[in-house]
Amino acid sequence: MAAAAKAGEATLRHAFGNVLSFFILLLIGVLAFSIRLFSVIKYESVIHEFDPYFNYRVTQFLTKNGIYDFWNWFDDRTWYPLGRVIGGTVYPGLTLTAGTIWWLLNSLNIPLSVETVCVFTAPIFSAFASWATYLLTKEVKGAGAGLTAAALLAMVPSYISRSVAGSYDNEAVAIFALIITFYLYIKTLNTGSLFYATLNAIAYFYMVCSWGGYTFIINLIPMHVLLCIVTGRYSSRLYIAYAPLVVLGTLLAALVPVVGFNAVMTSEHFASFLVFIILHVVALVYYIKGILSPKMFKVAVTLVVSVGLVVCCAVIAILVALVASSPTKGWSGRSLSLLDPTYASKYIPIIASVSEHQPPTWPSYFMDINVLAFLVPAGIIACFLPLSDASSFVVLYIVTSVYFSGVMVRLMLVFAPAACIMSGIALSQAFDVFTRSIKFQLLRILGFSEADAGDGSSANVVPENDAVKVDKSEETIKERPSRKNKKKEKEQMEKAQAEKTSAKSKTEKRLLVLPMELSVIGLLLLVFMGAFYVVHCVWAAAEAYSAPSIVLTSYTHEGLHVFDDFREAYAWLRHNTEVDDKVASWWDYGYQTTAMANRTVIVDNNTWNNTHIATVGTAMSSPEKAAWEIFNSLDVKYVLVVFGGLVGYPSDDINKFLWMVRIGGGVFPHIKEPDYLVGLLLLFVETDGKGFDRVRRTEIGKKYFKLTHFEETVYLENFLPHYIYLLTVITRQRGREQAHPAQKEADHERRILGSRK
Amino acid sequence: MARSTGKDAQALFHSLRSAYAATPTTLKIIDLYVGFAVFTALIQVVYMAIVGSFPFNSFLSGVLSCVGTAVLAVCLRIQVNKDNKEFKDLPPERAFADFVLCNLVLHLVIMNFLG
Repeated sequence: MAAAAKAGEATLRHAFGNVLSFFILLLIGVLAFSIRLFSVIKYESVIHEFDPYFNYRVTQFLTKNGIYDFWNWFDDRTWYPLGRVIGGTVYPGLTLTAGTIWWLLNSLNIPLSVETVCVFTAPIFSAFASWATYLLTKEVKGAGAGLTAAALLAMVPSYISRSVAGSYDNEAVAIFALIITFYLYIKTLNTGSLFYATLNAIAYFYMVCSWGGYTFIINLIPMHVLLCIVTGRYSSRLYIAYAPLVVLGTLLAALVPVVGFNAVMTSEHFASFLVFIILHVVALVYYIKGILSPKMFKVAVTLVVSVGLVVCCAVIAILVALVASSPTKGWSGRSLSLLDPTYASKYIPIIASVSEHQPPTWPSYFMDINVLAFLVPAGIIACFLPLSDASSFVVLYIVTSVYFSGVMVRLMLVFAPAACIMSGIALSQAFDVFTRSIKFQLLRILGFSEADAGDGSSANVVPENDAVKVDKSEETIKERPSRKNKKKEKEQMEKAQAEKTSAKSKTEKRLLVLPMELSVIGLLLLVFMGAFYVVHCVWAAAEAYSAPSIVLTSYTHEGLHVFDDFREAYAWLRHNTEVDDKVASWWDYGYQTTAMANRTVIVDNNTWNNTHIATVGTAMSSPEKAAWEIFNSLDVKYVLVVFGGLVGYPSDDINKFLWMVRIGGGVFPHIKEPDYLVGLLLLFVETDGKGFDRVRRTEIGKKYFKLTHFEETVYLENFLPHYIYLLTVITRQRGREQAHPAQKEADHERRILGSRK
Repeated sequence: MARSTGKDAQALFHSLRSAYAATPTTLKIIDLYVGFAVFTALIQVVYMAIVGSFPFNSFLSGVLSCVGTAVLAVCLRIQVNKDNKEFKDLPPERAFADFVLCNLVLHLVIMNFLG
């Protein structure tokens, strides 16, 4: 009778716990979605930055023309006169996802525009990513840790920075794909089921479709398999988790056109093949060990080692020769710059010039993961007590992602989920200890049982190792100690006490219990820490990461001033120029120009052709006649330059001028960087009046210069352009100008302040 | 030295043979299937070495389909093997159903990639 009642109560508690978990997860999803909406509220529902505009244009094409045309699309509006094969050079995951969502909604007669779907894709997928984090951490440590980790990931600023509403970039879906792939791998590892292995391969396929960072997965998982083998944790579940993934995964990766045969030919994938072979050897060894007697096994080992060693050396020699014959040892430029942080600055200036490829500073860690920076080491320790396959995987994940985030600030994004998982584990364990202490101390105070009092009174530090599954099942239901739960604790106490006496015979080790006041204070402090984290995250989302960077605001004494120069310039281009006119600018603005102005550009953000970019860079840093010749040979009609001196916009073309010189000089040796630096970093630039390099805080160069081969285009009737200037390339030859180094950010001040023709 | 190695090799071979003969027939059938798949893959590699790898995607899909079926059959063998304590509550029908599903996905991909 008592047993039945006990069983009934246990199921009731489980049911209540499950319902509570479900609602908590729902709230976490809503939180993840809504914290990313600040930019929509503060500005408007617009697509941010540069790269998302390309993705938006591709999605528009997909929704208008269908998937076959999208696969075969050759884009002639960019990289004039080379063009770009979109089908073969874009990672299709994001566009196909958004296109599918749009098509689904439209077929249900919900008429959302493509832009709305694109803007809100990232927040939706961040909600999915938090749920995936819950599943992953649940596999590692239990449901309590899962919920904590999911809540932390929903708000972590590093992830928010790349997935606000409007940031329609690959990482928006790629992080979700990453976490779900890891979850399915761990699930397969824990259960040994081939069904999850299949799902794992399909999730890996989705990741390959979405982001170039898939090489992280295909190197981390083999590393983990190797770690398990080396530490003696080989099991048949490991084989089932890894071997089908390699075969299916390689095939699926080769299916994606942008990867193609790189899936079997580049060094980034060789680790997976090597570990595949090693795994088979190990599996064979274990199998033979199983069917032979120990004496015979020793004989077999000596025989195999002597023969096998020779064969192994031969194979390795061949491999090394193959790999060493290629100049970069088979690695791509981007991967090499990750492994050797100084590689890019020496050999590939384009990669070095992107601001998000720079190493992060220490403050950016605290900005991006805040409180989690303290919790991660505690989580790592918690993963070792006890160490399982899943927890060793998470430790490996965080160690590698910390290294890579230290190389490139953009990869802080990959570090964020690992940090959330670790912190979730640590927080959950801490809450476990505190609430258990409170419960035991209350038990003791209310004078319940002597037998248990002995258990609870030890303040000695005894390692917390479990053998009490009963305790675990209770603790997992109380994820957040709230006032509501304290009441439930009282009813559970009698339950707990009865279970304790029965479980006492099974307990071999004592559980850590702290004094009552300490645990209450500890609990409160942890809750405060969580509160500070939330406050910081909301602030970061609202102030730091919600700027759409296509619309700028500034606070003057007259109030808020909004600069919409970019869109006005592009709109002017769209309406007042011929359809076939070519526009030259620095590569930053290429995607936006094709997407919003719908004009052909010379170079854009894809930066796949260094020589072409160097040509434009040379043109930007040459004297007027030479520049005119270069632009004329490219059929350029308009040149777009950005100069921020008038309004204090710091990231204009003057700031980027040194990169134009460097990249141009990398290909055309007559551009030498020292020619442009005079004295202490004064850039020799033609400007007028307020020529001021905001970043280096110096006045620049020659002023009062007349343009002869280019003509400034008036595109705003009533007021001055703030920082975008369009120059028309004059098609007829003019007289020679004095030869001195000239730059195209020029003379607008004279025209504006002085006589206007 | 060589003689003792030779004798050892023979003794080893014998014990391997007798131990293997003791495995159940179902497992032996699966082993035969694995051997056949690997043999087919080897034939394909030899053919590629002779003729050249021009439609590289066809070669890749052919070899990887053989390797893939071999791997999946090994996984099935692991799950169905009664000596394996980790999988004792997995019904063999479920193992076979998973095997079929995974093979379906593999062959769908192969046919797509075959060109």
